[in-house]
Amino acid sequence: MAGRIKIRAQKKGDITEVKALMRHPMETGMRKDQAGDAIPAHFITEVSVFHGDQPVMQGHWGAAVSANPFLGVRFAGGEAGDPVRVVWTDNQGGTGEGETTIR
Amino acid sequence: MTTIHAKGISRRGWLRWAMILGAAAALPGRVWAAVARPEAAFGATALDEALAALGDTPQVHEGIQFTTPDIAENGAVVPIRVEVDSEALPNVRKVSVLVEMNPNPLAASFDIPPGTEVYIETRVKVAQTCTLYAVAEADGQLYMQSRETKVTLGGCGG
Repeated sequence: MAGRIKIRAQKKGDITEVKALMRHPMETGMRKDQAGDAIPAHFITEVSVFHGDQPVMQGHWGAAVSANPFLGVRFAGGEAGDPVRVVWTDNQGGTGEGETTIR
Repeated sequence: MTTIHAKGISRRGWLRWAMILGAAAALPGRVWAAVARPEAAFGATALDEALAALGDTPQVHEGIQFTTPDIAENGAVVPIRVEVDSEALPNVRKVSVLVEMNPNPLAASFDIPPGTEVYIETRVKVAQTCTLYAVAEADGQLYMQSRETKVTLGGCGG
């Protein structure tokens, strides 16, 4: 299950602002479905932001990050047209990836 | 005797496989894995335990700007922002967000390389009205800022 990521990177002065919206249920493993059965934990554990090949941020997440997670980060440098990429992996081996260019 | 011996080998073989698979699982694919996930802190079920696993007791620092809503109508989606003034508190390489009354207080932890602004925006679940903590690590020391958020509807229902 590879999830797509909505991602935007915008240059503001010397700073590039990245905003990413991921599609993911972020199940804690503590909820039950209508039949009373536990819903297995399913959440993004690692998320990284890259500017070209350079890592800009690595996040380690728990199940307490909201469903369909939003992430905003800012880094110095970056020119219009440079690629910015966000990738994640979850606790069930799923991955997601999104790429955009700075504008 | 032979069966025991054979069992011993297979068990060792199995262990070796388990180690290889474990190592593979620990490498999160294409995700930058420069810094390991703070597993012990994520597993902690109390705030003190989580903070102890992250390092020392954090000191309150005014250089950390922590923004959360005063009242969250929906605890499942609580927007938060952590911003650190790099002049007031330089060399921050890690920012963690903790929610005091959640089953596992540590919600997220971010590794920040030099050149990246210490600025994180995300949304977290907050089980009930409690204090949220933003903890920044700089030069091996922990600093924090805390904010209380009142929750009208808990973040763990469903």
